[in-house]
Amino acid sequence: MPQFEFDGQLIETKPGKTIIEAAYDNGLSVPHFCWHPELPVAGNCRMCLVQVGMPAKDREGNFELDENGNKKINFIPKLQIACASPVQDGMVVKSVSDEAIEAQEAVMEFLLINHPLDCPICDEAGECKLQEYSFKHSKGQSRFDEEKNHKRKRQLWGPNVVFDAERCISCSRCIRFAKEVAKQDVLTFVQRGDHVTIELFDGTTFDSPYSMNVIDICPVGALTSPDFRFEARVWELSSNESISHFDGTGTNVYLGVRNNEILRITPRNNMYVNKYWIRDDARLSYDFVNKNRVTQPLINNNGTLEEANWEDAVSFAASKLDNFRGDQIVFVASSKATNEDNYIFNKFANEISKTQNVIYFTHTDETRIDDLLGVSDITPNTKGVEELNIGKESKIKPNDLAEKLKNGEIRAMYVMEEDFEDYPEILEQLKNLSFLAVHSYNMNKKINHYADIVFPASTFAEIEGTFTNLNGRVQHFTPALVTKENYRFMGMKMSRLDKFGADNDRWTNHEIRDSKQSWKIIQKIAKKLGEDWNYTKSSQVFDEISQNNPSFSDMDYKKLDEYQGLVLGKGNNPDAKQVNYISHYLKPQQTQKVVKFKG
Amino acid sequence: MNNRKNTEAERLTFWEKMYIPEIARGLGITLRQMFKPKDFVRQYPEQRWEPTGSFRGRPVLVEEDGGERCVACGLCARVCPALAIEVQAGETPREKERYPEKFEINMLRCIFCSYCEEVCPEEAIVMSKDYEIVYTSPQEAILGKDELLVPKAKLQDRLEFLRQYK
Repeated sequence: MPQFEFDGQLIETKPGKTIIEAAYDNGLSVPHFCWHPELPVAGNCRMCLVQVGMPAKDREGNFELDENGNKKINFIPKLQIACASPVQDGMVVKSVSDEAIEAQEAVMEFLLINHPLDCPICDEAGECKLQEYSFKHSKGQSRFDEEKNHKRKRQLWGPNVVFDAERCISCSRCIRFAKEVAKQDVLTFVQRGDHVTIELFDGTTFDSPYSMNVIDICPVGALTSPDFRFEARVWELSSNESISHFDGTGTNVYLGVRNNEILRITPRNNMYVNKYWIRDDARLSYDFVNKNRVTQPLINNNGTLEEANWEDAVSFAASKLDNFRGDQIVFVASSKATNEDNYIFNKFANEISKTQNVIYFTHTDETRIDDLLGVSDITPNTKGVEELNIGKESKIKPNDLAEKLKNGEIRAMYVMEEDFEDYPEILEQLKNLSFLAVHSYNMNKKINHYADIVFPASTFAEIEGTFTNLNGRVQHFTPALVTKENYRFMGMKMSRLDKFGADNDRWTNHEIRDSKQSWKIIQKIAKKLGEDWNYTKSSQVFDEISQNNPSFSDMDYKKLDEYQGLVLGKGNNPDAKQVNYISHYLKPQQTQKVVKFKG
Repeated sequence: MNNRKNTEAERLTFWEKMYIPEIARGLGITLRQMFKPKDFVRQYPEQRWEPTGSFRGRPVLVEEDGGERCVACGLCARVCPALAIEVQAGETPREKERYPEKFEINMLRCIFCSYCEEVCPEEAIVMSKDYEIVYTSPQEAILGKDELLVPKAKLQDRLEFLRQYK
């Protein structure tokens, strides 16, 4: 294991690592623009210049000492780029010496010569690497008073990426991403010197399903998303950790929320799941949370859905469900709901309605399969539902549900967070039921029209729970949006404007929905039917799952957060924690204590 | 100053210390004022006060070439200690790609600190001389873009002042 000295600190690293990698592995940092741990090294931004040297040795092989008795270091006369210099045993690296700082400041000055001063207009402002570095590693003044270069603005590279050539600092991260990760080699540098810009090859568009990741890795605001463009300043958003609801990958995300609306979804690092990336469809899949929501319990009154209060709705559902037991009723669990919701739902069916008929449906899209993050499953928790043994002992199988509905064998159904939009043959037969209860997110779902009662279910962004991804990784997430139910503890997680807004402020006119997490709705009905269920938090439900189900043993929310998710059956044997490289932050954080070396 | 006489009492002269002549002098000043023309009350609203450029009145947006200077960067909204400002940006085909689709100042929240003016990178929001700020309902006090935009010519004094002292 080579050992080397980085800014006076002795670091041990694996052979073959570059200086910058070794530094990041040990929680230190070197300023850089073009380097990214998942991309090949380009070494073209020159920001990571450091002083590199080896201890001098005499002819006998002993270290030469200076007059103070310290080892004499022979530095390479010119500075080296830390991203492309492999570590050698005994090497001495200085990233904050006078020479290195001078070089970094010079590089910043060069980059800022032609970079437009349009931070007020730029979407990246606030989470911009160049902005952060001009604060940390620049002199703060430009000596360039000539006209800046002008290049083409607002070029559409593909359906989801807008390129502004003026802001580009030519780090080539997007080019390398397109080639190596998205496997769509359509971008290239053209021109030379200060006229250099990035263009698409003739007749191509950058429409890979991963194209929007270049927006996140772009260290400046050259690449922006048409979806989020000028929608909000980044500091106005609250940025809450969550898990993508869109597919079975379990992509870790941040939800950017303002005015109780998700305005953007950005990927969050998890080296075991999605690394740094997210698919575009998952990123753009937040409309169902913002729009057209069921905000109140609805009771069907002769064909029209009428708003009701929770008390009435729960009593109505309880009195109806009480009539159907055993084989007359089918419970439809959902792979869109959390492990907790499905567990309580199953428990309700088994213990109260005395039936084993709990089934769930899968939703797949075969066109999504690829070798990066694409899976055919477009629900987040299929593996979790399977692991909770739902549907194993059911007499009715998903395939013959339509048939059984048609011939009237099933008289009642309780559907949780499932809309049957992919199963029109079942939707058609729902009219034969004498009672149908539904937990629904959106008003525009067809199933609502067949329902006798529609409960407003909270979406993944409003609840605490766990999803199990297709690789069996159980991941915990917490709410980002406010509902009446969670209002009381959401205070600090809201954005600044939402936190301090009063009733007469127009910016806080958000809809506060009276929706509830599915297991809480089910518990209300169970209580009405005389059971004494007393779960108050999702964590209690999860602890019960963890006790009863060996796959979930030794797991709890704290541990799931600590290890970024645990694999089923490996609760006591978690994967090693990984170093999470973050290219640029929403809030600049001090990653390294700046120590200035003398000489 | 004489260091040995550093309190007010010690600095007084003998006649001042006698007290009575000083009272007579003070009463004299008062008496004299009684016979002077009385113009220390301004006949508002017929007679209005014209503030100087340094006055911090109602914040307004600078209108230039038929449009606003503002690019909706949101810094004023961020810096506003009273959260009086709300900005929603939009995209235009103009050279400055960004413009405020919505710009609202809640005058019930505004505390006239002029931080918005200070932070503005475009000199687009400035404090005007308008001090007659009266509303009949809380909703009326929320000023939109139509009420906030003021032609640049009317704000010359303030812009001049900013150029000199900002």
